[in-house]
Amino acid sequence: MYNSIISLNNITKKFGKQTVLRNVNFQVPSGRIIGLIGPSGAGKSTIIKIILGMEIPDRGVTTIFNQKMPNRKLLGRIGYMAQSDALYEQLTGRENLQFYADMKEIKGRVAQEQIEHVSSVVDLVKDLDKRVSGYSGGMKRRLSLAIALLGSNQILILDEPTVGVDPALRRKIWWELQNLRNQGTTILVTTHVMDEAELTDDVALLLGGQIIAYNDPSSLKQAYQVNSIEDVFLKAEAQQNENNIYR
Amino acid sequence: MRTISIAKRVTKELLRDKRTLMLMFLAPILILFLMKLVFSVNSSTQVDIATVDVKSSLVKTIDKVSHISTKKYSSNAEAQKALDNKKVDAVIKYSGGDFYVTYANTDASKTAATKAALKSSVVANTMKQLEQTLQKVQSRIPNAPEARTHQVKIHNKYRYGNSDTNFFDKIVPILMGFFVFFFVFLISGMALLNERTSGTLNRLLATPVKRSDIVFGYMISYGILAILQTLIIVLFTVWALNVEVVGNLLNVILINFILALVALAFGILMSTFAKSEFQMMQFIPLVIVPQIFFSGIIPLDTMANGVKVISYILPLKYAGDALSGIVMSGDGFIKILPEIGILLIFLVILTILNIVGLKKYRKV
Ligand SMILES: Nc1ncnc2c1ncn2[C@@H]1O[C@H](COP(=O)(O)OP(=O)(O)O)[C@@H](O)[C@H]1O
Ligand SMILES: [Mg+2]
Repeated sequence: MYNSIISLNNITKKFGKQTVLRNVNFQVPSGRIIGLIGPSGAGKSTIIKIILGMEIPDRGVTTIFNQKMPNRKLLGRIGYMAQSDALYEQLTGRENLQFYADMKEIKGRVAQEQIEHVSSVVDLVKDLDKRVSGYSGGMKRRLSLAIALLGSNQILILDEPTVGVDPALRRKIWWELQNLRNQGTTILVTTHVMDEAELTDDVALLLGGQIIAYNDPSSLKQAYQVNSIEDVFLKAEAQQNENNIYR
Repeated sequence: MRTISIAKRVTKELLRDKRTLMLMFLAPILILFLMKLVFSVNSSTQVDIATVDVKSSLVKTIDKVSHISTKKYSSNAEAQKALDNKKVDAVIKYSGGDFYVTYANTDASKTAATKAALKSSVVANTMKQLEQTLQKVQSRIPNAPEARTHQVKIHNKYRYGNSDTNFFDKIVPILMGFFVFFFVFLISGMALLNERTSGTLNRLLATPVKRSDIVFGYMISYGILAILQTLIIVLFTVWALNVEVVGNLLNVILINFILALVALAFGILMSTFAKSEFQMMQFIPLVIVPQIFFSGIIPLDTMANGVKVISYILPLKYAGDALSGIVMSGDGFIKILPEIGILLIFLVILTILNIVGLKKYRKV
């Protein structure tokens, strides 16, 4: 079917006694937008960190482009936005972008052009020369996203990218993501916002340490016999709780 | 070059943090200045010298030195008794052409004042004699051989300590090293801790950056900062505090530069074990205070051998030895090579530990 570009095989991850992921198998096909949804604490960020090699699973293997992770060089082909904004507060937005462009070894004029482009996507152009310490929460979020968009990424991994971003800009960002997807970028995005999940090509539902459903939005709605992804989410969660009671 | 970019970024952040800059550059100067004030208060106090069998012409010259007064004693035993009873600060006895001086030496500045007064007076008197002799001789024969006088010797004896007990002068070189070590350790430790807790370290390691790029980037940035700090401290001690540096200033800067890198590597390593800035502060008594004790500010030869061994694992001891050598005895580059070597060994080990330690955040 699809050529899978990210692949998690039998991943188990524990933090102390808590098992966050049990035997997760998760394939991300090339050139699509995949939404990873699940309640807070389900392990979405953990999955992302394992993909990037920032966490090591207790069992199982992760591959990107068919190469085993962790792998430092592959990180150059991935754009990443973390759930918490990790920015250099003493520097300006532009200096932050320039620094990460350097880290990705984007050179000279190309770097300048890209900084202009990504900051216009997130609508930060006029605030680019202010210190980040003076940014609002939403502006920091947008700067983090702009940093993730730097470079010619084959994969974009975004952990809750639109938290604190207002609706008009949110729409613009999604338009840009779809644009990137059309150019062949693979995008993995976690989200709390269920109507955003409708905009993805496929939705993976993470619950109880496992991916319990993974399909395109309309197929999912059909399977659960509901009208929205939000209802899919609620129904799946209710079923899960029932199972726990009768177990 | 990622290393350079990281160094640039770290430097920018530092330069924009006014409080840190003050801590790095103004705090050491302020402390040195205060110490100088505290230690030089003594120099204006009165010094009393007992003289035994000293020519009255010389006694007069000594007496003329400001803040010094003399008192003649008829016997040495009597004079020593006065010294015991703290009535006088030193006893000068003239015997067989030499001076025998006993110092109470409880106050180093008084000892120094006595020494200086005696020396200058003896020189002044000898010069006067010489001049008179020469004039007499020259009036008779134009090309007379140089007049010979008896080479006067001064024999020093100390009731307490020894001739090295000149506190401020002795600790200044060590203090320079200490300030560099302390502030670089603290500030770099805090900076790295902040990178860990704010998540920027994690975020940075999600790029293809090498772990060593990060450590070296920090080294470049803090290395430059340390050179600046050393320059300011050295220039201040030399010109404002009038401390004499016998050796080469470049060697002083070199030692402080290496010491700063060791402090940086140490700070980064310690920040791994701290969860908050407060915990970082808690390392001060653990890491910094022992270094003060063993750096030579307290004379090591007075310590028991078992305790002395500890000093061999503390970088500040080697820096202190080298700096004292350069500043007080004018040791050259060759002479301080062993200390440089040991500091570099510290540096290499700590740097490797840091690069490996970052594996905690990214396994490759
Ligand atoms: N470093 C960690 N140490 C201990 N527990 C952790 C750590 N990271 C995550 N967890 C736990 O793992 C679970 C999943 O976390 P996370 O992946 O952040 O969830 P999500 O992103 O879906 O909200 C949570 O219960 C969280 O407390
Ligand atoms: Mg999360």
